[in-house]
Order: sequence, then C-alpha cells, then structure tokens
Amino acid sequence: MSVPTRTERESDLTLTEAAPVRRTLPPWAPYAALAVAIAVGGTVTLAGVSAGLGAVLTVVLYVACVVTVSRLVEGPRKAKDRAVTTVVTSAFLLALAPLISVLATVISRGTARMDVEFFTFSMRGVVGEGGGVYHAITGTLMITGLATLISVPVGMLCGVYLVEYAKGRLATVITFFVDVMTGIPSIVAGLFAYALFALILGPGVRMGLMGAVALSVLMIPVVVRSTEEMLKLVPNELREAAYALAVPKWRMILKVVIPTALAGIATGVTLAIARVIGETAPLLVTVGITQSVNLNPFDGRMATLPVSAYYQYVNPGVPPDPSLDRAWSAALLLIIIVMALNLVARLISHRFAPKSGG
Amino acid sequence: MAKHIQVKDLDIYYDEFLAVQGVSMTIEPRSVTALIGPSGCGKSTFLRSLNRMHELVPKARVEGQVAINGRDIYGSNVDPVDVRSEIGMVFQRPNPFPTMSIYENVAAGIRLNNVRMKRSELDDLVERSLRSANLWNEVKDRLHRPGGGISGGQQQRLCIARAIAVDPAVLLMDEPCSALDPISTQAIEDLINDLKPDYTIVIVTHNMQQAARVSDTTGFFNLADVGQPGQLIEMDTTAKIFSAPREQATEDYITGRFG
Amino acid sequence: MPLSETPSAVARPRLRAGDRVFAGLSTGAGLLILFVLAGVAAFLLVEAWPALTAPPEEVPGGRGVALYVWPLLFGTALSAVFALLIAAPLAVTIALFVTYYAPRALAQGLGYLIDLLAAVPSIIYGLWGFTVLAPATVGPSGWLADNLGFIPLFAGPVSATGRTMLVAILVLAVMILPIITAVVREAFRQVPRLHEEAARALGATQWEMLRMAVLPFGRSAIIGASMLGLGRALGETMAVTIVLSVSGGVTVNLISSGNPSTIAADIALQFPESTGLAVNTLIASGLVLFAVTFAVNMAARTVINRRSEFSGAN
Ligand SMILES: Nc1ncnc2c1ncn2[C@@H]1O[C@H](COP(=O)(O)OP(=O)(O)OP(=O)(O)O)[C@@H](O)[C@H]1O
Ligand SMILES: [Mg+2]
Repeated sequence: MSVPTRTERESDLTLTEAAPVRRTLPPWAPYAALAVAIAVGGTVTLAGVSAGLGAVLTVVLYVACVVTVSRLVEGPRKAKDRAVTTVVTSAFLLALAPLISVLATVISRGTARMDVEFFTFSMRGVVGEGGGVYHAITGTLMITGLATLISVPVGMLCGVYLVEYAKGRLATVITFFVDVMTGIPSIVAGLFAYALFALILGPGVRMGLMGAVALSVLMIPVVVRSTEEMLKLVPNELREAAYALAVPKWRMILKVVIPTALAGIATGVTLAIARVIGETAPLLVTVGITQSVNLNPFDGRMATLPVSAYYQYVNPGVPPDPSLDRAWSAALLLIIIVMALNLVARLISHRFAPKSGG
Repeated sequence: MAKHIQVKDLDIYYDEFLAVQGVSMTIEPRSVTALIGPSGCGKSTFLRSLNRMHELVPKARVEGQVAINGRDIYGSNVDPVDVRSEIGMVFQRPNPFPTMSIYENVAAGIRLNNVRMKRSELDDLVERSLRSANLWNEVKDRLHRPGGGISGGQQQRLCIARAIAVDPAVLLMDEPCSALDPISTQAIEDLINDLKPDYTIVIVTHNMQQAARVSDTTGFFNLADVGQPGQLIEMDTTAKIFSAPREQATEDYITGRFG
Repeated sequence: MPLSETPSAVARPRLRAGDRVFAGLSTGAGLLILFVLAGVAAFLLVEAWPALTAPPEEVPGGRGVALYVWPLLFGTALSAVFALLIAAPLAVTIALFVTYYAPRALAQGLGYLIDLLAAVPSIIYGLWGFTVLAPATVGPSGWLADNLGFIPLFAGPVSATGRTMLVAILVLAVMILPIITAVVREAFRQVPRLHEEAARALGATQWEMLRMAVLPFGRSAIIGASMLGLGRALGETMAVTIVLSVSGGVTVNLISSGNPSTIAADIALQFPESTGLAVNTLIASGLVLFAVTFAVNMAARTVINRRSEFSGAN
C-alpha cells in the first residue's frame, strides 16, 4: 500500500466525493472470471477432452484471467495475493476430490448386496452367489468390544495418572511416548500381539483376543490423549471444592473430575473405536479369517468385516462378481459404521459441551 | 459445636518462596474473624493453611503450628482429610459441581464420602442446610435442576449450604462476596450473622465496610516490604481496629491512604 | 494453651487405602505404556531371533534376512518419501485455507471434512485405488513415459493395469494428508494475533501477512507434522497391499509393472500363508519397520514439542 500523499490526505479531509485511494476490483469480478473459465473448460470437456484436463484448464484459465485483470487494475502485489488465494482454494477442493470419489465409489458399488441375507448369513458353505457377513459383523463387534474393554480402563487410568498424579520427569516421558505410540504402524501392533501370544501358546496361534490386544495397542494412546486433554479442562476449583468437603483424592477424581469430563472422554473413546474398527492389517496376522460364526474370542480364527472384505476382493471365486459385490458391500457397511461413530462423537461433544447456565 | 483455633509461629512456603511469615493468632469460637490487607499479602494463603488446602499446591509447605481445640492439625499422624471434615471452606468464585443438581450439590459432602444415610434423613439435611443458607425458599421447587443453573449469588449460598451440610466446626470464607452484586452480598452477610452462634467463621475480605459489619475481630495482614513475606501486622476487636488501631500501617490501610 | 503435638514441619500426609490403591492403579497404567512400547520391541526381537541367527540359505529368498528386507525397505522409503512430497505442500495449503481463507462460519466444518479423510479405513482406500485410481492413471502415465521418459522415475514401460508405485504413492498421499493438516492447523491457530495484526498494520496483503507472520511461526510444526505423516506412510499396510502389483527388485521407476514391495505390504501378503522360519523372517522385517517408524515419530514429536515450548515465550 502506498503511503498516502499530502494531497490525498487533504482531499480526505474535505470530505468531498470519497474517491477510493486505490482502485480495487468489484467483488463480483472473480466470479465473472470463474464463470468464463468454467464455460470454456466445460465446452472443451464436452467436446471430448478428458474431464481431468478440462478441470485443469478451467483453473489455469481462471487464474490467468484474475491475475491479469488484477495486475492491470490493482497492481502486482494485489495480483499475487489473488493468485495465492486461488491456489489455496483449489488445493482444498483438490483434497476433497478423493473423499468424494471414495464415497461415491463405495456407495455405488456397495449397495448391490445391502439385503437381508447379507446381514443374517455367514459364508459357511457358500460358493458363488449369496452368503453374507453375519459372522464378520459379530467378529468385528466382539473384537472391537474387547479392545475397548481393555483400552478404556487402561487409557483413562493413564490419563488420570498424567493429570492428577504425575509430577516432573516421568510425566513428560510418558506423555512423549504416548504420542510416539500413536504412530506405531497397525501391522506392527498386529505382529506384537502375535509375538506375545506365540511366546505363550506356541507359533501359529490365532484367536479373537489377539486381535483385541493388537487393536488395544492402537486405541490406548488415543484414549490417553483425549482423557488427558479433557481432565485438564476440568476447573481446579471443582477439585478444591471437593477437597474442602473432606473428600479423599481418589473419590474426588472418580466422582467429581471424571464425571465432569465424561462427555469429552466419551467423544475421544468413540473416535478411538472409529479408528480401530476398520483396521485390517493387525487382524490379518492375529485372527485371520473363517467362513462361519465363531463367538469364542479365546479359541480359533474369527471373521471380521475389513478382513473378510479383503479376502473377498483378493480371492474372488469364478465368476468373481458375487465375491466382489460382497467385498464392496462390506466396505460400505464399514464406512457407514465409521461415519456413524464419527457423527456420534460429534453429537456427544456437542450435546454435553460444558455450558454455563442450566 | 464451634471450635477454637490457635496459630503459632506459622511460616507458609510455596516451594522456596516464603509467602507468609511468623503468624500467631487465636481465633475464638462462635465469632467472626475478618482478615484484611492489600492484595498479595498472603490472606488466602494463610486461610488455606488453616484446613490444609495449602499443601495441595505442588511443593507447598508450612512450618509452625495450627491447633484446633488444642490438637495440632499438622501433627505427623493427622489425616488432612479429617482436618477438612471439621473445617469447611467457601471460595471466592462460587463453584457448585456442574454435573450435580442443587440437591446433590448440598448432599455432595455426604454422598462423595459414601456416608450411608436414609433418604428421608438426607432430605431433611438438605432442607436444613438450604434453610440455614437462606436459599431454601428460592430453590425448593427446583431442587433437581443443575446446580450451575441459578444466579451467582444463589450459587454462592448453595456453596455455603454445601459446606455446612457436613457439619463443620469452622467455616473459612475467601472473599465470598467479591463476585456478587450488593443484594446478594447483603444476603451472605445476613447469613454470616445467622451462622455465628454455631460456627467459628474466618472471612477474608477486601471490603472494609463488610469487615466492620460482620466481624467481631479483625486481623490486618501486610507485606513487611516489597519482596518480603506477608505478616500479621495487628489483630484486635473490629471496633478497636477501625477506630483506634495501634499501627500506623493499619490506619493508613483502612482509611484508604494505601493499598 | 498447651499444644498436644510437637511441631512437625513437613508432615507427609498419610494415605488412605482407597487413595493408595487408586494411585497405584493409575501409576501402573502410566508405566504400562512404557512397558508396552518396550514389549513391542522385545517380543518382536524374540520372535525374529530365529531368522536373524538362521543360515542365510534357509531364510526365504535364500540370502539372509538383511538381503530379504533391503528391497522392501527401499520400496517402503520410496513410496513414503514421494507421498510426503505430494502431501506436505498440499496439507500446508489446506491448513492455510481452513484457517485464513475459508469463511469463518464454515472453517470448522471444512476442517472436519478433511478429518473425514482420516476416518476412511485403509482397506477402502485400497479398494478405491485399485478400481478407480489405478485405471485412471494409465493414460497420464503413458503421456509421462512418452514425454518425460528421460527421467528415471517415468521410464516406463507403462503398466497396463495401473497398479504401480505411482498409484500407491498417490493413495498414501491422500491418507497422510489429514494428519499433517491437523497438526499444521493447530500450529496456525496458535500464531499470536499480535504478529498477524502487526503485519496487517504495515499494509501487508493477506498473502504477505501469511508469509511474514504465519509461515515462519509454523515452520517447525510443518516439519514435525511432515515427519508424522512420513511415519504413517512408512507403516501403511492395506492400501499398498491391494493397490501395488509387486514384482520385487529395486527400481525407482514409478509407472512400470515391476515394483518393489513395502515391508508392511509384504507382511500382510505373506504372513497368513507362512509357517516356521518364514514367520520369523517377516517378524524381523516388522522389527525393522518398527525401529524406523519409532525413530521418525520420536524425531517428529521432539520437533513439535520444541515449538510449543518456544511459543510460550510470546
Ligand atoms: N500457587 C502459588 N504458587 C506460588 N506462589 C503463590 C501461589 N499462590 C500465591 N502465591 C504467592 O503468595 C503470595 C500471597 O498470595 P495470596 O494469594 O495468598 O494473596 P492474597 O492476600 O490472598 O491476595 P488477594 O487479595 O489478591 O487475593 C503472593 O506473593 C503470591 O504471588
Ligand atoms: Mg486471595
């Protein structure tokens, strides 16, 4: 921006016709340019060029239009600013493209087998058409449920330790390694569970509990972090109020601090479940796959939704279509579950967000 | 059954920082003692050392003695939780438990400590405490609404009801009216007068008129000098402090020439 | 009046049974985290040991564990590094968009959309990469081979199915985008308003303000976040397993049908069918993956934490 010259300032003071110091494009100008660019890009696409190329052309054309006009009217600095704005916005739209494409693909392919049989039958004795994922649904629910049973107490206690008990160095070290633990590859978590059980029960062992242990390794750090963050939000005044009522520390934590933070912790736990319920790799190496219902997590292989989707896809029968349909429908089911869990998490945190009044 | 408090040579530390030095005082039962003094001179710190809340701050500690009816509360085999059950506390900002109803807030001291009590007894206790806190009539129709859903002044009286529900002998109040409007302040002051026959009350306040209105005895705290620890400069009957203090600093402070 | 107790300076509070139990339990849970991490390393090492000590010719591939893991490690690094090169700039740009360009009212919702990318299970990215993305890259890959074939990355010949390293890289880039964006956004959120306003007061345009006040402030967060993303990409399994058509070997050619596998994908492919020493060998490769991702994550967290210490001074 140029420093206003003396004359400009004086003219401001006279309050005559407030002529803008700098000329700027009217707010509709970028939209006009966009319309032109879309028109050209669209025409070219209709004329037979691929859609991707058409989109690229549209963006390039738009940037060129806006930058040129802006440079002429507003000067180079403003033109650069407009160019960056466009690039930044396109980057965002570009990132949405895969999300939309993934959802569209899974929905369009996955609806084929959203029928009653799919939800009520296992794959026992099924060749070709028919069959379902009942066994995989029960398996996924059991293994994820077990993992939650392990992770929530451990994760919450660890969060409580970090906020309410830990002092000094050990707390820093544990917080750091909790963060590092969130980055453990899921396949490594699976191998860890396998190695642990192989040491105890001998090699080649497969059971639901192993999968739950593997998933717990992935879940615990998420639960710890959300517990920790939520406990830190509990005002110290509530702790003091409880202490002043002669409440011992552990009861204070259990009955005042945790209930106050519960909604936030529940949100975190739900997100943690959403994170692990779609995990394939750790289950592939620990619980494997089976064609029938197995409700005993302490004995033998178990089917799960992601693993069965994987096998249906990589080992389809002849003809492959029934198997591929099952894979896509399992994927759709999985995505619905994950999105629903995310939604529930948002709702919990929204519904129980700390409010001041009643 | 109000109790008698005796403090002897009390030094209060935050880690290595000596915040309050050499306080000795006697607090009579069934009386109201006001603590006044400029900001940062250690009134809150001193008050919190009377029920062992001070040591909740990491590395905080005290040296010296505080005796309630002759028993040293810092004795080696005294449980701070037991101390606090005899000495209730009301804080500057009302802090009802947001997850609990009005009823549950009053019953919190009982429930959180898992004391078994019949429902009807508990109902009685809640009503009695709310009546003592002059709050019963205002909330009796919404006892099961959230404790955070009433006005600030009502919340503060709720906190007082919560503190007296566990039947303490001593009630400590740290600027209980500083977040309240004049009407609510009046209500709390009336309440303090009503409670006086049954409790030993110690109240920190920045409001001279308030100290003059509610207290029998007043203690003036001050910093010996900048960077020096806070000290109890003078303590006497309220009438004496406000009419003819012995120390020049006290007079300067209450006449508003300082602080 | 006589005091019944002698003065006791720092009386340690006597703990009640409930307090002792609860404090013990939560301390135990805290320590458990450290034990689990140590346990991961220890158990993998124990189970990998037979392969590490076996004669080379008995290890799958017949040339010992090191030579078994090396091409896989190469493929892992290749895919992760290129995925990061694509994702990091994009993530920073998106974080800028959400924090500074999007309308205030929409910002949170738009950020949530990006987070949803992280919610999609990796198996689904695999299926999508295989069915949608891979075929779509065949055409452009042909163009790359024809016009930029002199660059080794695009040497060709072009894979007919599109199940190439390039597609694996693109899928990985999409998958690590949200984590990088989230960390960078968090850092941008903490840029002191004062810096921003100072820049604006000097008459800077939005972009100049970002370059002067925001990007320098976020630099170490960007580095840390990128390393986190790298860690994720290194360990990502199913998407690569499904997308990549593996032939072994070491090559940087991204668009041909001959691709090195990655450690994680190789484990997922081989493990279910393996027994005996093959399992130990796979676990040995998993140990290598663990060590690499652990180091990367530790470095990332160190960088990110250091930033937060500095920002305290502002
Ligand atoms: N948690 C703490 N850690 C370290 N020092 C503290 C802490 N709380 C208070 N202090 C210090 O102790 C001294 C006394 O503080 P205190 O809060 O008791 O003053 P006060 O008289 O209550 O002031 P006010 O009237 O403003 O409430 C001050 O120097 C203060 O900085
Ligand atoms: Mg105070």
